Amino acid sequence: MTNREKYDQVFVTCFSVEKSVLNDGFVYQSVPQWDSVGHMGMIAALEEAFGIMMETDDIIDFSSYSKGIDILAKYSVSL
Amino acid sequence: MNFFDDIDTYGSKTAIIDEKSECYSYTDLINRDDAVRSRIPQRCIVFSVCENQLESVAGYIGFLRGRIVPVLVNATLPADLFDKLLKTYRPAYIWMPSPKSESRNWGEPIYRSAHYVLLKTVYGNDVPVHSDLALLMMTSGSTGSPLLVRQSYGNICSNTNAIVSYLRITETDRPITTLPMSYTYGLSVLNTHLLKGCTVILTAKSVMEKAFWDGLKNHNATTFGGVPYTYEMLKILRFSNMNLPNLKILTQAGGRLSHDLTLEFASICAKKGIEFVVMYGQTEATARMSYLPSEYNIEKAGSIGIAIPGGEMWLEDANGQVISQNDTVGELVYKGPNVTMGYATNYQDLSKGDINKGVLKTGDFAKRDKDGFYYIVGRKKRFLKIFGNRVNLEELEGAIKTLGLNCVCGGKDDHLRIYTVDKGQENKIKEFVVSQTGLHPSACAVILVDSIPRSETGKILYASLT
Repeated sequence: MTNREKYDQVFVTCFSVEKSVLNDGFVYQSVPQWDSVGHMGMIAALEEAFGIMMETDDIIDFSSYSKGIDILAKYSVSL
Repeated sequence: MNFFDDIDTYGSKTAIIDEKSECYSYTDLINRDDAVRSRIPQRCIVFSVCENQLESVAGYIGFLRGRIVPVLVNATLPADLFDKLLKTYRPAYIWMPSPKSESRNWGEPIYRSAHYVLLKTVYGNDVPVHSDLALLMMTSGSTGSPLLVRQSYGNICSNTNAIVSYLRITETDRPITTLPMSYTYGLSVLNTHLLKGCTVILTAKSVMEKAFWDGLKNHNATTFGGVPYTYEMLKILRFSNMNLPNLKILTQAGGRLSHDLTLEFASICAKKGIEFVVMYGQTEATARMSYLPSEYNIEKAGSIGIAIPGGEMWLEDANGQVISQNDTVGELVYKGPNVTMGYATNYQDLSKGDINKGVLKTGDFAKRDKDGFYYIVGRKKRFLKIFGNRVNLEELEGAIKTLGLNCVCGGKDDHLRIYTVDKGQENKIKEFVVSQTGLHPSACAVILVDSIPRSETGKILYASLT
């Protein structure tokens, strides 16, 4: 699996969405599952998938699918 | 004596700072609440649909001041359940966020403020209401159970005063909200701080959002509360590394915090010079029954502490006899002026008086140590706390039955487990539960079992289902 596929898979699993919705418009609270509880699950899943531990600021800044791509780049995860 | 009658004295002091950083004084708040309540006769029932925003607070305060009786409902309650509740309680008015009012024809708009609308429903103002009844709270927003708790003016005032006293709240405290105001714990944060003329930083943002921390820092919040799940999130956010010099006190209630997390936060807070106070309560006791004085939070980690000022606690055995020995498990019983009048199941119950007479059997099993500190060891009734919300397992089983499916619900706090023998129906059950309760899918798991374990007499052996 490529990094991008892994990243997408986390979103699909955590938020019960189809891959087709994963674009710039996919943001926090755009679906009911992406509430604070879902956010926590997603962060945990990404940390495990990529073997990283995210900083607080990055966890709370992670407000969209696209923002997440920029944030993960800081952890040397290129998507 | 009623704090909500007396907040006029705070005049130009800032009462609320909202998410846009706008400041509203006590006078502003009172003017807004007057505008709503002047249109509603006293002792009328109103459904007050709550969000953590100014107009929701203004409505709530106005209803209390105007001796109007609100039913506090979270704005996230699904429309079908809201409908059922309307038919059960027949409120003459609804105070709700304007966008929500557009989805169905709940009533006729008779007043609009910036974001809220007051609707006149088809129901007349003819529901008899007991003179002591102040407000009604839901016991479980998640299954939309029509069971409401009847709180009196005496309950609210005594509990608010007691909490202010043991938390030593002063007018310089600045709470930031973390919990819905339709939830007793969230409401108690509002009540206690408004009583003292504090500035409340009002937000609907969760600790997982940047805007929450910006609000906390920009407005110099000194305190906030959390249910166990809040503290799990704070741990992931590495609260220990945060620099928050203005924080003075954190509180925890809404379920039992794990032993590890309790110790962790007790020591993190000690290092940061923040007081950490673990508390215990129920909607049936207005909000709070006990607290653990922070100086004991390491030595007695896991304890719910001692009764709040004005309250008394003891343990009773299965025969209702008081247990005098220490380290012996019994049902926790609480006595105090904050014990509510009782429940309501429909509009006819609203004229009932005080059934409990100040004594509450909590439904929790506990023991007491030699110093008189209590520890909860289990629950009598079948319910779980999921992210602070009460989920009644029997009600949920009943709801699933309406699908023609049989399940047994179990699990533990924050982890609901639904056991079924109906192969192939797991997804259907999960979707149903999620849509009915609003619970996050990650909090519930549907498990296929070969059979439901039963005793010889046919009783379900819940303990065998793990």
